[in-house]
This record gives sequence, C-alpha cells and structure tokens, in this order.
Amino acid sequence: MAALTLYDKVWQQHIVRQEEDGTALLYIDRHLVHEVTSPQAFEGLHMNNRPLWRKESILAVPDHNVPTTDRHQGISDPVAKLQVDTLDQNCNSFGLTEFKMNDIRQGIVHVIGPEQGATLPGMTVVCGDSHTSTHGAFAALAFGIGTSEVEHVMATQCLIQKKSKNMRVTIEGPVGNGVTAKDIVLAIIGKIGTAGGTGYTIEFAGEAIQNLSMEGRMTVCNMTIEAGARAGLIGCDQTTIDYVKGRPFAPAAADWDNAVSQWHELHTDDGAVFDREVTIKGDSIEPQVSWGTSPEMVISINDTVPNPANETDSVKADGIQKALEYMGLDADAAINEVFVDKVFIGSCTNSRIEDLRSAADVAKGRQVADNVKLAMVVPGSGLVKQQAEQEGLDKIFIEAGFEWREPGCSMCLAMNADRLESGERCASTSNRNFEGRQGQGGRTHLVSPAMAAAAAVFGHFTDVTKLN
Amino acid sequence: MNKFQKFTGIVAPMDRANVDTDAIIPKQYLKSIKRTGFGPNLFDDWRYLDSGEPGMDNNERRVNPDFVLNKTPYKYAQILLARENFGCGSSREHAVWALTDFGFKVVIATGFADIFFNNSFKSGLLPIVLNSTVVDQLFEELEDHEDYQLSIDLENQLISNSAGAQIPFEVDEFRKHCLLNGLDDIGLTLQHADQIKSFEQQYYQQSPWLK
Ligand code: SF4
Repeated sequence: MAALTLYDKVWQQHIVRQEEDGTALLYIDRHLVHEVTSPQAFEGLHMNNRPLWRKESILAVPDHNVPTTDRHQGISDPVAKLQVDTLDQNCNSFGLTEFKMNDIRQGIVHVIGPEQGATLPGMTVVCGDSHTSTHGAFAALAFGIGTSEVEHVMATQCLIQKKSKNMRVTIEGPVGNGVTAKDIVLAIIGKIGTAGGTGYTIEFAGEAIQNLSMEGRMTVCNMTIEAGARAGLIGCDQTTIDYVKGRPFAPAAADWDNAVSQWHELHTDDGAVFDREVTIKGDSIEPQVSWGTSPEMVISINDTVPNPANETDSVKADGIQKALEYMGLDADAAINEVFVDKVFIGSCTNSRIEDLRSAADVAKGRQVADNVKLAMVVPGSGLVKQQAEQEGLDKIFIEAGFEWREPGCSMCLAMNADRLESGERCASTSNRNFEGRQGQGGRTHLVSPAMAAAAAVFGHFTDVTKLN
Repeated sequence: MNKFQKFTGIVAPMDRANVDTDAIIPKQYLKSIKRTGFGPNLFDDWRYLDSGEPGMDNNERRVNPDFVLNKTPYKYAQILLARENFGCGSSREHAVWALTDFGFKVVIATGFADIFFNNSFKSGLLPIVLNSTVVDQLFEELEDHEDYQLSIDLENQLISNSAGAQIPFEVDEFRKHCLLNGLDDIGLTLQHADQIKSFEQQYYQQSPWLK
C-alpha cells in the first residue's frame, strides 16, 4: 500500500462520495458553534424548514461578545446581547448542547473543545471560525468554514470539499530555553509568509514539535491559518492520548481501548511524499515579536524593524512603509526599545493553563511598569480560570498589577468593551496584528505569554531568555 | 441565490496585498444576526474618517474623500481589482456579504485566502485568480482610463475590455455550474442523503464512540 500522510489518512476515512474531478462529500464529526457566525445559518434552516442532521455533533458556546467583567449583570451592549440571546434560543429550540455564559465550562470555543474531550484524534472538526485549525494538534482534520457552510453541515453533516496539497514543516532539533510554541509558529509564518500555506494542509513535525505539550501544539496549529493554510496537523502520540483520557466527551471503558488502537495509526507513514517541505533549525529560533500589520511581519527580539529602502520589490516596500506608518515605528528601530501602553494575555492562541503559568513565572515578584496603562489576563475558559486560581496564579497577577478577568475572546478582536484606543501599542498573545484588530487605530505586537508578561513589567519588549 | 449572468461593470483598484477580512468588514458589524445590510460598512475603517458603530446613520458620517470607493466612478464599481492573498484572516462570510451588498459581483486578484475564496461562491461573488503579470497590466490599463470597465463572461470563462482584448480564466466546474444556475449546495447534497446514511452506518459500527 502506498505510504500516506496523516492528512491523506484522515481525509480518506471521511469521504462519503467523490466526483470524478476529486470534489468530495466529506463527513464531519464535530461541529463547534459560536454566536457570531451561526445566527444566519440557523435562520436558513428555519426558512427552508430543514432539520439538523445530527445534533449530537454540535457543541455551542458564546465567546466573542461576552463581557470579561461584572458578568452577573449580563451584557450591557444591546446588539451583542441580542446575538448571544439568539444563540441561546437557537440551541434551546434545536435541543443542542451549549455552555451558556455563566456556565463554568464556558470559554473560547477552541479552548473548550479540547478541554472537554469534544475534539478527538482522527476526527473532522469544523467551526465557523478560522482558528478551528487549533484542533489539528490532536491529529484531527480541523478547519474554519463560512456561515453558508455552517448551515450546510447542520443540514447534511457533510461539506463539499476538494483536497488540499500536503506540506510538512519540520523543526529540526530542540529549541532553546525560554523559546515557546508561539515563537516557533511566528518564526514559521515569518519564513513561509501569510500566503505560504494557501492551498495546503500543513503537518508540523520534528523534535521541537514532539517535545511540546498538547497546549503548545494547539498554539502552533492555531496560527496555521495565519500562514494561509486552513488546517494544520500534528501526529498522534502518547502525549495526545494522555491528554484526552478521562475528559467528559472522551470514550471510556472498552471504547477507549478500541479508540486508542485506531489512534495509533494517526501519523504520516515512512516514505510518504509531501508536495512541499520546509525545514527550520530549532536552535535558530529566538523569542519573536511582530512589528507590522500582518503576522508575517515578525522579527526576533534582538533584531531591528525592517527598512523599506532595502526592499527591491515595490509592492512589498510599499507594504512595509504603510505598516511602519500605521504602527508608528521608525525603520531600523530596535524592537527591544519599543515601549507598550497595554498588555493582553489571552485568546485561543495563548490562554490555556500552561500559558498562564509561563506568564505568571515572569510576573512573579515584579510590578507592571508605570508606562503600562493596562495589563490584563483573560483565561481561555471558566475551568482554566478555576485551575489557575487553585494554583494561586490569579494572586501573582493581581499583586503584580495585572487585571484578572472572566473568560472569552476579549481584546483579541475587541468585539466587547476590551479594546485599544487609537494609537495605543499593545503586547498581545493573540494571533492577528491586522490594522484595527484590537480597536480602531490600535497597534498590536504578537508575542508569547512570557514575552507579554515581560513587556508588562519592564514596559518595553524584553528578551525573556535573558531573565533570571 | 441569483443566477450569475454575463455583465459589464466598472473596475475599482485596491492596490495592496493581504487585504484581510477585518478590513473588509470590521468586527463591530459582525454583531448583526442578518445576512444583509453590510454594504455601507464595507471597508469601514478606510472609508470613513470617524469610527463607526452598528446602528449609526452612515449618511451623517465623515467620509474619507481619498478612499477609492468614495470616488466617482468607483462608487458604482462591480469589479474589484486586488493583489496577493485577498480576504485573508477571519472566516467571516460577512466580508463576502459586504462586498455583494455594496454591488460587487467579481473580485480579481493574484491570490485569495482559501476560506474567503470558498465563501465567495456561496453568495454569488466570483473570485478570479490571474497571474501577477496580467494583474499588473490591468492596474496599468485602469490607471490610464477613467471609467475603466470589463466584461465578465463566466459561461465562456472570459474577461474582455472595451477594446475587445480577452483574458481567459479558470474556474472549478462544479462551482461554475452552481453559480450559473443559482443552485443551493444544501439541496444538491441532500440528494445524496441515502449515501450519507449508509456511510454513517458503517462508520459508527467501526468507531461507535464517535456517535
Ligand atoms: S480568541 Fe480571537 S482568534 Fe480566537 S476565536 Fe476568539 S476572536 Fe477568534
């Protein structure tokens, strides 16, 4: 039998039918739903009088719009409230599983799926959200879809898809101390570019990837979409299986043993051929900071911001120039001398317990710098928050001068009250530094949780690998 | 969905790479639970000088006179000419709805982000990929002509200018068929309901824990 990639295997296991031109009807195991991209899909079902194909496949949660303070008072923004209420009503009327805003299990959709064991190895996972790629950390084929496709999956349990090409990104050897999953993925995006993965599914491999915990692997897969690929995958190993075991939605008893024996197959066969291979040396990766308005505009902490004069391609030079102006940075500026106004630790990229531990390590015994107006920590879910409080992380943050908030997307996209004012500069653990992403005119620098905490306590970007 | 018919329309230039869906329709407008009404807020941050919130009367807002879609004739454009990686970022289909609500029927670019590309077909927006030499040339022609127009013929997969020059383009057969006939994907898939059910039977026998 031909050697297959992990992507080939999961793809093949889910083909319901296939046309001659390769267009496939792909079966979907898990459908995650949030309040922003679902109302029009539910409305479409209602209008056409179509039932849900398999309601057990759906897990719903409000996350984008929810407030991170005074939650018992409800949502004050009437437009946001209507959207969250609409989700609640739709879930009630269709009989779906939903973790409502004040449920301890509520959180960012990509944090709660794995946390509940609702994401399992070998599954196809979709959500009306581009960061669905996160779940690929479990050797699942997971990708974001638009609202029309959300409706399509609700009505048919399938999607019409064409297979992507295979790409493998290998990180050779280990990474240095203090270099995290976030730095790895930012370095990858810096290397292949934001369109580098367009048309591909990327598998991440190599020693540094295998050494990562599931949380770190989720961080890497989360940002696959920022490299242009809809889905990112990592092979299943003992780390994966140990993480899944015992979670509420995970199989148990005899089912567990059968599942595990199937999951052992979820890796790329020796000799499988990829359409594109990229290799990066682990020890070449330093802590990363994005400087511009696209995630590919990223440099190492000890580097300087690029100069458009050194770029020969005129479209690119123009892009650099526009980004520098928007970001309020001078060409050739040293990034570790850039001061920040706000710090955001959270988002589906970096809001799991390990992220909070790593930020707390840096914050411990230090104080948020005077020039930093706000440093906030937003846990990814109610359960992450609870765990952090049991470990005393909340106290470390609060004593250092951080705000400790309720779970949700928060300032990752600023749909709720948490946002940057025009011109404010933010060290953020989120995934997008687009113009206006964290508030109109706001300036976002993407970093790891430890780097964000360091920016908070020193007031400017600081190399965490040089801290004691 | 309406049938996609041959048309001739004004082309508006958007000469930058990586135009993301946050720029196409900013997040505050995603709070809407409807599919329509996004047109006035297409490219909101670039189009207006003040910051917008849902529910505002957009006619009362300060318009950015330098932004391309605020200029005549581009106000009436039906074709957007763009660069590399158009529609990257968030999966929000609202970006497509905003473009079609404004009046766009076609976006021509050197490349599209996958999710945006996919979403476009579902709402009757045709994304056309051309190589960078041809796109460069179109930008040049556009600069030289006021009121630059192109005709789009999906049936024959041809773009033509007023001088009669023709550019062929590629499109997936199935997607073309759906656009030309205004077909609803869900209806088509449900024709295979029996096949989905028999797939499920076998699938859940093999992996009962997924049920
Ligand atoms: S945390 Fe940010 S990126 Fe993640 S789902 Fe929420 S808004 Fe999207």
